[in-house]
Amino acid sequence: MNYAKRILATLALLPGLALANEGGIALDKAPDRSNNLAALQNGAKLFVNYCLNCHNASSMRYNRLKDLGLSEEQIKANLLFTGEKVGEMMTTTMNPKDAKTWFGAVPPDLSVIQRAKASGAGSGSDYLYTYLRSFYKDDTRPTGWNNRLVANVAMPHVLWELQGVQAISTREVEDPHEHGKMTHEFAGYVQVTPGKLDKLAYDTAVADLVGYMEWMAEPAAQTRKKLGVVVVLFMALFAFLAWRLNASFWKEVK
Amino acid sequence: MGAFKETKFPADAPAAQKALGWVDDRFPLTKLWNDQWGKYYAPKNFNFWYIFGSLAMLVLVLQIVTGIFLTMHYKPDANLAFGSVEYIMREVPWGWLVRYMHSTGASAFFIIVYLHMTRGLLYGSYRKPRELIWLFGFAIFLCLMAEAFFGYLLPWGQMSYWGAQVIVNLFGAIPLIGPDLSLWIRGDYVVSDATLNRFFAFHVIAIPLVLLGLVAAHLIALHEVGSSNPDGIEVKENLGPDGHPVDSIPSHPYYTVHDLFGVSVFLTIFSAVIFFAPEMGGYFLEYNNFLPGDSLKTPLHIAPTWYFTAFYSVLRATTADFMWVLMFFVAAYVVFIWLKSRLSGMTKTVIAVIALVAIVGMLPQVLDAKFWGVVFFGSSVVILAFLPWLDKSPVKSIRYRPSWHKYVYAVFFISFLTLGYLGTLPPTEGRTIVSQVCTLLYFSFFLFMPWWSAMGTFKKVPDRVVYHGH
Repeated sequence: MNYAKRILATLALLPGLALANEGGIALDKAPDRSNNLAALQNGAKLFVNYCLNCHNASSMRYNRLKDLGLSEEQIKANLLFTGEKVGEMMTTTMNPKDAKTWFGAVPPDLSVIQRAKASGAGSGSDYLYTYLRSFYKDDTRPTGWNNRLVANVAMPHVLWELQGVQAISTREVEDPHEHGKMTHEFAGYVQVTPGKLDKLAYDTAVADLVGYMEWMAEPAAQTRKKLGVVVVLFMALFAFLAWRLNASFWKEVK
Repeated sequence: MGAFKETKFPADAPAAQKALGWVDDRFPLTKLWNDQWGKYYAPKNFNFWYIFGSLAMLVLVLQIVTGIFLTMHYKPDANLAFGSVEYIMREVPWGWLVRYMHSTGASAFFIIVYLHMTRGLLYGSYRKPRELIWLFGFAIFLCLMAEAFFGYLLPWGQMSYWGAQVIVNLFGAIPLIGPDLSLWIRGDYVVSDATLNRFFAFHVIAIPLVLLGLVAAHLIALHEVGSSNPDGIEVKENLGPDGHPVDSIPSHPYYTVHDLFGVSVFLTIFSAVIFFAPEMGGYFLEYNNFLPGDSLKTPLHIAPTWYFTAFYSVLRATTADFMWVLMFFVAAYVVFIWLKSRLSGMTKTVIAVIALVAIVGMLPQVLDAKFWGVVFFGSSVVILAFLPWLDKSPVKSIRYRPSWHKYVYAVFFISFLTLGYLGTLPPTEGRTIVSQVCTLLYFSFFLFMPWWSAMGTFKKVPDRVVYHGH
């Protein structure tokens, strides 16, 4: 089958991608930020400061941030880096052609990336939370960075000044697939230079950022759930009445 | 046809009555209502399984109404489609609700229709004189599959894109005309803007038109011969003094309130999904579909949406090795027909010749397994249409069949569900073998039905329906 062949070809050509999706590392559970406005605002700040330089969030309008309790003035003064007006979309000024030259790939749009990255292994938030904490120094890569979740990732570690530089240490173990052969196994991270934040503060900041990206992927999600309670309760009441109405008609059927 | 006569009402008759009389003189409004619902007598012993027809009607209306609103904001353009769906989700007031209703509605439609068909299978609803109802229903099912397939491309996500690519490529397996045919369907060498535009046209107008016509035919045929029931008794054979079947009641008000209750329970569940789990764990909205379609990035695992996966499994089960098993199966089936069937010698010869041609065609040197995969994929759907003529049981309902028939149905349903589940997963060697076994069981259920359905000791069918008052 062509389709099987194509899959084989993809597997052969992109071992990094295959690893990321199949044999990658276990995902860490992202802390829930959905009802924490302060954390979501902090996440928005991190997002416009660090992500929006290269990535678009082209479905996301700046003034939608009002849903996070910010005023238009606050948005304009503190968050509007890439646009002119609060009614504009979150787009980057980086030219896609340049991005392709610099990184080898155009950075993906982040509007709904949190929803796209969900899988059997965990939610999209778990994925992003793990991804953004798994960068390590690797001088063999063009950017000087590698990632344990997405091997040979094109993206450099943009949050390095917060996290500092970390490397990985490995230990030699026997290859589980080939008897008698030794292979390297991940043993832990080593902090090379400290960042602005300590480990706990960095994890918290990433959780805020991921929380924001989760909110941005579906800004109506909280409205949806709140409204859902009312609708389901109403429908259940309606079903009860319909049940009794039905019974009152059918009791005369012999 | 007599001369036109205006119905006369007393001067003090209510205006509504006069207006209705005026219409009825010109259009059979009251007659239509009474024939189709108001005075349509239905058996009084309908159970849980008889709700899904009404629910399918409800979901059809929901899909059309939400679809109209989505069409107002959606852009059928390869560069804009993905963004326009997100625009609906964010910028259009209540757009997210309408979109989730539509996407959840598609899955709900299939759940309901599968349950509706299961009902038909359990109680022999397709048996004489309801063969045409079944055929119209089968055509509705085909339309629904086409509608879902075309609609799934529209969000232009990765799964939309590659799902369409894989399915359209299937047509390429047809000998001689295949590659040109799939090119003609796509309108391009890959799924592209041209494909999106034509799929949009099919999804929003062509298929819905056919679908509505078929639904009307399905209902007219049903109300002509009358509904079957869980006992499989023809209620019209036992008429009361008023000329109506003694075991029937008028649909209105009895089934009106009955269905209202069913609808309210359905809508409670439906709302719970829309508001709390619209993605349904990646089954109703696949995660990968939140990435825009990209012709240069093939996803590692392409699976159709859950409602197609059983048939898709049949396609994947047809591997080159499995062809030998299938050739043996076809040959054995022909031998079986020659030994066991009461068909005429002429018919048997024709069947044998067709089978021989098929077996030769199944040789790896003649036509490859991909082609036969497509054939069996299609056959696994089409074979449903033959049910009315395959079932030779002297009774309609499973209630009066030999008890062991229940196991036959159980094996069939388990095979179908297993195929469906495996179709959502990437293939492995073990899974392929399981799906091959299930494929054989699935086809055997139909192909051997003329024999097994008539075997065993049947229970006596009562004269009157089994009904216990509330």
